[in-house]
Amino acid sequence: MNLLEVRNLKVSYGGIQALKGVDIDVAQGELVALIGSNGAGKTTALKALAGLLPSSGKVHYAERSLHHCATHQRVRDGLVLVPEGRGVFARMSVEENLQMGAYCRDDKAAIAQELAQLYTLFPRLAERRAQLAGTLSGGKQQMVAMGRAMMSRPKLLMLDEPSMGLAPLMVDKIFETIRAIAAQGISILLVEQNARLALEIASRGYVLENGLITLSDSAAKLLGSDAVQRAYLGV
Amino acid sequence: MNIREIMRPNKRNAWLAFAALALLLLVLPFATDALLGRGWVRIVDFALLYIMLALGLNIVVGYAGLLDLGYVAFFAVGAYTYALLSSPQFGLHLPFWIVLPIGALLACVFGALLGAPTLKLRGDYLAIVTLGFGEIIRIFLNNLNAPINITNGPQGISQIDAIRIAEFSFGRSHELFGLTLPSVHLYYYLFLALTLLVVFVSLRLQDSRIGRAWMAIREDEVAAAAMGINTRNIKLLAFAMGATFGGVAGGLFAGFQGFVSPESFSLMESIMILCMVVLGGMGNIGGVVLGGVLLVVLPEALRNGAGPAQQALFGNTLIDPESLRMLLFGVALIVVMLWRPAGLWPSSQRQRELEAQDGAAQQEQDTVYDASK
Repeated sequence: MNLLEVRNLKVSYGGIQALKGVDIDVAQGELVALIGSNGAGKTTALKALAGLLPSSGKVHYAERSLHHCATHQRVRDGLVLVPEGRGVFARMSVEENLQMGAYCRDDKAAIAQELAQLYTLFPRLAERRAQLAGTLSGGKQQMVAMGRAMMSRPKLLMLDEPSMGLAPLMVDKIFETIRAIAAQGISILLVEQNARLALEIASRGYVLENGLITLSDSAAKLLGSDAVQRAYLGV
Repeated sequence: MNIREIMRPNKRNAWLAFAALALLLLVLPFATDALLGRGWVRIVDFALLYIMLALGLNIVVGYAGLLDLGYVAFFAVGAYTYALLSSPQFGLHLPFWIVLPIGALLACVFGALLGAPTLKLRGDYLAIVTLGFGEIIRIFLNNLNAPINITNGPQGISQIDAIRIAEFSFGRSHELFGLTLPSVHLYYYLFLALTLLVVFVSLRLQDSRIGRAWMAIREDEVAAAAMGINTRNIKLLAFAMGATFGGVAGGLFAGFQGFVSPESFSLMESIMILCMVVLGGMGNIGGVVLGGVLLVVLPEALRNGAGPAQQALFGNTLIDPESLRMLLFGVALIVVMLWRPAGLWPSSQRQRELEAQDGAAQQEQDTVYDASK
């Protein structure tokens, strides 16, 4: 059974239906990309999966239904969202941000140890641990956001547009990090507008258009498909 | 060596400062009495009450970032609870140590009641709803004299029992340690003790798990939820906790004044308390205390000083001291917000943030540097 199974997920904002019945699967340890243009419903899908938006449909995660399961309970079970626009706590230091990631946990020794490990994954954050997160550059804020999510021991990490607004070289660094996280065996659901980069590191991909999944295939096939090349890769 | 290193207090200096502060607080009512008169001791007592209120509001506004313009409602709930349970109004004369906790508890319940429907509101919308809530409470107090007379309407409730612990009444002067302590001095020490308790609780909350959760919600509510913070409960807790402080201050106010009426709980009071928090330094306990002291003491000083000063300068009173008070208050607010946007004594984090804005260019460079590395 897959770690995450989404069937017929629907979300409406007022009268407007943003998701019109979406099916997504993520297997244990898999890196899945969800691509699509602006306004296709990618962020909505992640927010609904995190429990931040009311939705209908079936969501099975770790072999149980997430129906009526609040956001904070989902985080406790390892379903963790890195929100769009990073959402770092601007007036807290880098270290305080990372510690907030461990909010749900009370095993102090393990937290301290994982924090140290995290600094080896993000050495640039170690130099800045006392700096206010709001004063970091965009790339480092993204690292803080991802590191913070790692501190809550995710089983499935949902990344919402990690490359948004970053310099190209910084984007490469972030994607390297995503690969490193995936190599630890953590499942990842990656939402991206940068379709090529996302599909290059993912094993499978979904294309979301106007609230519906229009294509789903292995990442390699999607990269090669005419429809995706024309619509998202600008070939 | 830079200025900060010189200024950094070593341990001995810290102890000396602490001892000096303790001594100052201890002799303050006597010194004030001798130098400025008994009326000023009363003002100092009020300053302590307002510090408690401001620290309560600081939890809601400063820590959790929820703008509450109806905070005085909780002060009213605490005050009226005390007034109804300890006055001839219903012929009840329950002791202080029962009435004060009941008032605090009721205020806490009202805090949660206000919090529940406003959970999804932010910023301006939250401000408007809380403002409405404050007015509702005041108008209820104003009108609950018919058909059954509960609050005695606009006339308010008078002859409220003075605060009394066992046989020791704070309403009369006492001989202690060979000193004559008038009622206002006794209230001073009682309020001081409770203010210190409130400061202590605030300090502990600030560094607690709950305090961190409040600050995370203030910074980014979605991200806070994504950290596994139960944002609903934590926000309700902020409202309830802040309201409890307000309820305690209200009970003390009723016992101290011996009289309460709806007039004391107008919107202007809410705004004054908010000004104490914002002017002093949102989120910083020292700043909030400073704001409370300044906004109680300065207007009184103006009230007492502006008239005579104009007489001496111009031979007659040109501007009514009361209007001058509001004018200067407004000017002071604008000046502080222009030159010290984080408040007179900002929290160290706010300070760092403002310093960091100067470093924006540095940040740009960092981005290039990061990328090229």
